[in-house]
Amino acid sequence: MTDYLVQATNLKKYFKTVKAVDGVSLHVKPGEIYGLVGSDGAGKTTTMRLLVGALKPSAGEITVCGFDVAKQVEQVRSQIGYLSQRFSMYEDLSVLENIRFFAEVRGLSQTEWLPRSMEILEFVGLADFKDRRAGQLSGGMKQKLGLASALVTRPRLLLLDEPTTGVDPVTRQDFWQLVIKLVSTPLHLPQNSENLGGVARSAEGGRVSVIISTPYMDEASRCHRVGFMKNGKIIAEDTPSVLRSQLNGRILELRGSPLNLLRHAAHKDSDVEDVQAFGDRLHIRVSEGKSQAVLKKLKKEIVSAGGQVDELRVVPPALEDVFIALSEH
Amino acid sequence: METVIKVENLTRKFGDFVAVDHINFEVNAGEVVGYLGPNGSGKTTTIRMLLGLLAPSEGQATVLGYDVHRQSEEVRARVGYMSQKFAIYDDLTALENLTFYGGVYGIKDRARILHTLELVGLKGHEQTLTRDMSTGWRQRLSLGIALVHEPKLLFLDEPTSGVDPTARRAFWDLIYELAENGVTIFVTTHYMDEAEYCERVGVMRDGKLLAMDTPTNLKRTVIKGDVWEVFAHPLEQGLEILHDMDGVERVGLAGDHLRVISSKVKKTAMQSLLSKAGLSVEKIERGEPTLEDVFLALAR
Repeated sequence: MTDYLVQATNLKKYFKTVKAVDGVSLHVKPGEIYGLVGSDGAGKTTTMRLLVGALKPSAGEITVCGFDVAKQVEQVRSQIGYLSQRFSMYEDLSVLENIRFFAEVRGLSQTEWLPRSMEILEFVGLADFKDRRAGQLSGGMKQKLGLASALVTRPRLLLLDEPTTGVDPVTRQDFWQLVIKLVSTPLHLPQNSENLGGVARSAEGGRVSVIISTPYMDEASRCHRVGFMKNGKIIAEDTPSVLRSQLNGRILELRGSPLNLLRHAAHKDSDVEDVQAFGDRLHIRVSEGKSQAVLKKLKKEIVSAGGQVDELRVVPPALEDVFIALSEH
Repeated sequence: METVIKVENLTRKFGDFVAVDHINFEVNAGEVVGYLGPNGSGKTTTIRMLLGLLAPSEGQATVLGYDVHRQSEEVRARVGYMSQKFAIYDDLTALENLTFYGGVYGIKDRARILHTLELVGLKGHEQTLTRDMSTGWRQRLSLGIALVHEPKLLFLDEPTSGVDPTARRAFWDLIYELAENGVTIFVTTHYMDEAEYCERVGVMRDGKLLAMDTPTNLKRTVIKGDVWEVFAHPLEQGLEILHDMDGVERVGLAGDHLRVISSKVKKTAMQSLLSKAGLSVEKIERGEPTLEDVFLALAR
C-alpha cells in the first residue's frame, strides 16, 4: 500500500512542438495541500487535466488512490472533486437543487444525496441558504456552492483551479479556512463513512488531499508544499518555509527617498544580486554572507548621493523573492 | 505639486443602492496609486465616473483640471485605460493591433507607433501574431495600446492578473519608468500582490474608501499588534485555543501554521498555553504584516 494519494512520474504532454508538460513528477500525501504555482502557460492546467485523465500523457505514469489513470480512469474520477475557475451552476435553481444536480450526475442515489448535501452545506456554511436561488448569491457564496458541489461525492482528491480569482480577502480567508479544515480532519464530512464508493476511509489515509493551481504567491504561501512551474517543468518544490529559508538573511528592505536614487545606488553595489521595486520600498537581494557589509556601505552611499534612508533592515524572505531568484537560472 | 485627480464627496447611487459613498482623495502627478477592493466594492463605478461615463449622484471630481462630468471629452482625450477585458485582435500582429488602436485616437504617425512598441519592450516582435504571445506579452501590448496617444494619466484595471512574479515585475518596471517621466498611474485591483507595487493604496469596501496611505503606513497604523506564525499540532485545536485567548485580535489558518495578530500576547504565553493543552509546539516566529492583514482588519 502506497503512502501517496497521487503519484505521477515523469509526466510529459506535448502539443505538436509545444512541451506543455515536460517531465513533471508529483507525490501528494493524504491530508496535504499541494500548490502548483506558476504563470498562465506554465503547464499548471495541463498537469491538472492529466491527473484527472481528461488528457492522455505523451509519456509518464499517474496513479490516484492506487488506480492507474491510463487504465482505470472511471475509478480515478470517482475519487476526484474538481472546482474549475469558471465552474457553472444553474442560476435559476436553488442551492440545494444545484447540489442535487451534481450529485445525481455523479450517480448518487435518491436516498444518499439529501443527507449528504445537507452535511456539506452545513460544512461550507450555506445550510441557511439552501432554498436561495444560486443567481442571488454573493460571489463568496457562489464559490462556496462550487466547493460544495465538488465535495458532494466525498472525493479523496480535490483539485482547485485558481479558486479565489475575483473574490475579496475576507471571502478568500473563509474559503481557505474551509480547505484547511477539510484536509486536517478525516471525519470532517461523513460521520457514517465506512464505505465511500468502495474506498474505506481510515485515520491518516482517510484524509482528503488538495491540489491547487495559482499564479499568486499569497495563495501559494498557504499550501503545505509548493511546486514552482515554469515552461512545463517543476523548477523547485518544498514547503513554503523551507523554500523561503533558502534566502534567509539575504533580503533587505530599504525605504527612503527618492526611490529612483535608492534603486540606482543599490544596483551599483557589487554585493547586490537583485533589486525589486515595490510601491514605497525596495527589496534587495544580496550575495550570501554579505548582508552586514551591504547594510553598512549602502546607507553611506545613498546619503552621500543626496538621498535619505528611512529604514534599511534584513527582512524574512517572501515566496515572491524565492520565485524571482529561481527564475533567473 | 500638481494635482491630477481630485475627488470630493463623490457618490453614486443606483436606486437605493449606494455604489460609491462620499469618497474623497487626491492623486498627484507622477504618483502610482492603487485602488484595492473586492469585486462589487465600487472600484469600477468610481473609474466610470472619473472617465465621465457615469454622472455622479453627489459630489464632484476633476481629472487633469477638467470636471469629469461637464468636460468628459477633454478628460477622455488625455487619459489611457488598460483592462484585461480589452479586446486585442488575436489574428493581428502586435504592430497591426497598435496601428488599429492608434487610428482610433487619430494617431497615424508610424514612428510614434513603433516607439510605443519599443517602450513596452516588444521591439523585435512587431510581426508576432497576438495569439502566439504569452499572457505577459499580451499585457504589455495592452499597455502599449493605452499609451499610444501619450496620456498624462493611465488607468490600469488589474493589469497583471494571471502572471507569475517575474512577468509581473517586468511589467511594473515599465510602469515605474512611465511614472518617472511624469505619467500618473491609477491602478484598480483586488489582488494584494498588485497593490504592493503602488506608492499609495486606497482600500475600498461597500462603496466606502476606508483608508488611503502608503503600504508601509497602512501596515503600521492599521495593524497595531505583532504578527506571529505559530507552528503547532494539531492545528485545528491550536486555532480554537488561540481564538479564545485573551488579547488575541485575530487568528487564522495559513496552510501549515497559524497566523496570530496581537499587541498584548507574548510568545512565551502562547507557547505555554498550547503546550499545557497537550499540543506539540514546533516553533513560534515573528511574521510581517501584509496588505491582506490590513484589509481584513479594516473590513471586519
